[in-house]
Amino acid sequence: MGLLSYLTGLTFPRGVHPPGLKDDTRELPIRRMAFAPRMVLPLDQHFGPAARALVAKNQEVVRGEPIAEAVDDDSVPIHSPVTGTVEGIELMPTARGPKAEAIILRAAPGDSQHVRWVKPQDLAKCSARELIEAIQQAGIVGQGGAAFPTHRKLRVPDKYPVDTLVINGCECEPYLTADHRIMLEYGQDVIAGIRLAMRAVRAEQAIIGVEDDKPEAIAALREHIKADDAISVVEVRSKYPQGSEKMLIKALLDREVPSGCFPYQIGVVVNNIGTMAQIGQLLPRGQGLIERVITVAGPGVEKPGNYIVPIGTPLRYLLESVGYPKDDPSRIILGGPMMGSTVAALDVPVTKSISGVIVLPEGSELDPAPRIQPCIRCGDCVDVCPVGLNPADLARLAAARQYEVMEEEYNLNDCFECGCCSFVCPSNIPLVQYFRIAKSLNRERMS
Amino acid sequence: MTPPRIELKSSPHMKQASSVEQIMRNVVLALLPVCGFAVYHFGISALALMATTTLVCVLTEQLFTRLSGKPSTISDYSAVITGLLLALTLPPAFPLWMAALSGFFAISLGKMLFGGLGFNPFNPALIGRAFATAAFPEASSTWTQAGLPERFSEFLPSTLALPFTTPASVDAYTTATPLGDWKFGDVHAPAWDLFTGMTPGSLGETSALIILLAGLYLIARRMLDWRIPAAVLGGAFVTAALFYAVDPDHFPTPWFVLLSGGMMLGAVFMASDMSSSPVTPAGVWIYGLLIGFLAVIIRFFGGLPEGVMYAILLGNAMVPLIERYTQPRTYGKRGRRGV
Repeated sequence: MGLLSYLTGLTFPRGVHPPGLKDDTRELPIRRMAFAPRMVLPLDQHFGPAARALVAKNQEVVRGEPIAEAVDDDSVPIHSPVTGTVEGIELMPTARGPKAEAIILRAAPGDSQHVRWVKPQDLAKCSARELIEAIQQAGIVGQGGAAFPTHRKLRVPDKYPVDTLVINGCECEPYLTADHRIMLEYGQDVIAGIRLAMRAVRAEQAIIGVEDDKPEAIAALREHIKADDAISVVEVRSKYPQGSEKMLIKALLDREVPSGCFPYQIGVVVNNIGTMAQIGQLLPRGQGLIERVITVAGPGVEKPGNYIVPIGTPLRYLLESVGYPKDDPSRIILGGPMMGSTVAALDVPVTKSISGVIVLPEGSELDPAPRIQPCIRCGDCVDVCPVGLNPADLARLAAARQYEVMEEEYNLNDCFECGCCSFVCPSNIPLVQYFRIAKSLNRERMS
Repeated sequence: MTPPRIELKSSPHMKQASSVEQIMRNVVLALLPVCGFAVYHFGISALALMATTTLVCVLTEQLFTRLSGKPSTISDYSAVITGLLLALTLPPAFPLWMAALSGFFAISLGKMLFGGLGFNPFNPALIGRAFATAAFPEASSTWTQAGLPERFSEFLPSTLALPFTTPASVDAYTTATPLGDWKFGDVHAPAWDLFTGMTPGSLGETSALIILLAGLYLIARRMLDWRIPAAVLGGAFVTAALFYAVDPDHFPTPWFVLLSGGMMLGAVFMASDMSSSPVTPAGVWIYGLLIGFLAVIIRFFGGLPEGVMYAILLGNAMVPLIERYTQPRTYGKRGRRGV
């Protein structure tokens, strides 16, 4: 495997090659989406303790103003995406499932909507600690999908020296092109953000991993790198799930994060390219995260593209503005088609970590309603699992309700649900679903 | 406004276009040239034999699903494959009533009693062949000449033997296979004849060339794990080469071992049966090499000239043990199995 990967480009072992389906949006410049009249901002948009509301009903707010504060070191504040009035703080449906407390804002009609709440800061003198605090205060969370607060990722315990900051420029999910467009159009912000993040974690070098199907993005980024930057752009093979943190570390550095550990324990911190653009853009201005780039695509969308969408925009508004055929039964996916989740209602808002909205009409060619058949032990799932699990055996154990054995002897908890196994299974066995259920049953048993 | 109908589903929301039926259909397709050559070579008796075993296998599967109240599974083509493969392992003059019984046992004992497709620990066709060998030893090892002039107009006399009767004498046509020639007569068939298949033998085992081409087709379509035939043939070749190197007067050349008897058919179509072979990448190599090794040992030292069937069945039996010790190494874990 080692020799082969040198011959064919850097990558991790195994994985799959789903069709890219990026042609509809990859050439289109990022456009700005209009403001919805009513915005919904859940207080728990990030991984960690939810933010605490700072505003009350009927209070007027301006665009950029903090409307919720971090409750502790692991939490982040929320900023108002509009100038307008607080309509209330209520339990609202969210994409995560259960209803959650959210601040509801009504945008002032006819407002010019420029960002009014900014506090320019001189970053040149900031210490690593102060930079991390500034990132927290900007309310930045990972833009790749996990919504992990960025300052938490950069706040590495002193006993683990970080040598390399890895920037994830791999967009391996079909349809998604937001990161690609960010690299092309906001390369300067990306590199500025990387310089700040390198200082924050005291990394000697930064490596941006970009898949080899995005040569324009690679060239655009290189333009902004100076000779003394210690930042390099490295091409990796286009393969799914190359954008997974651990797979990228394997491809770029040939290091493996020990099971159950964090990348910093092997001297690496990984961040998404979009997150770097946010840091580079927001920190100098002293502004909070109030909008992000989202790919809206799929056969069910009339005007696919990459849009700058204000956080809190209801999905219904977003889809209506791109020409979503309302009467068609559809599957609406947040994120990409390989790992994204479907939503039950269009009232849910866009939150900080949503990278894509994909609309697939029912029974779409990509996923005809499949009949589940018995496992024929073809072994394809074993051949593609990037983590080196045995999905065939795991499925057999799941059917036998041997959930503990799955965890203790077959490393169930190392599965990060990339879906490669389900993707290739000729018997259409919903393997990932089995594993999710087994994991949650194990968690329940433990608690 | 009526709310849109929204579908909820778990990721992934895409699938690679392959299905069990597609895989099985392609295996059937790949077997057709092998079957065609058998008919060309041995005539209508071969055709009748293949039709009998296939029909019996399909009907047996249908019967068992019906009895257990489960939906019919014959549309997945796997019973067709078992039927064809069983016929391809039988001698051309094998009586049809014996073939029918063998087909019944192949599917019932070899597959349905374990729970059907995917649950069978042994290759069902070889279970059928093992039954034939045990129950009808004489008919199972009586070979007819290939390319008889009347093969398209007349059945071989024993083909139509009445059920539960001893077949009519076929002495006029009987001959020895290349493996028998070597084992009992120390005669070595030319490698080229073995390669093209112009020799006596079981229906589908004579032409190495056609089997190889069929295998390459399946490998190209990613419907056959190339590692299994590679390991079986590699294991057999190395084992045979060692014996040949020690005593070339007593043992045949490794090429003869590869090209004669059921070695090719077994390596490409039997050992590679998905249900009864390992799923772990390292396990597949061990399994294949073991079968190759065992086949040669049985051929060289056993009482019968052929050993591939028993080698594969023994390999099948080893699968759970092999898989136990060849689980892939999980990312971020030091040893296999996370210890």
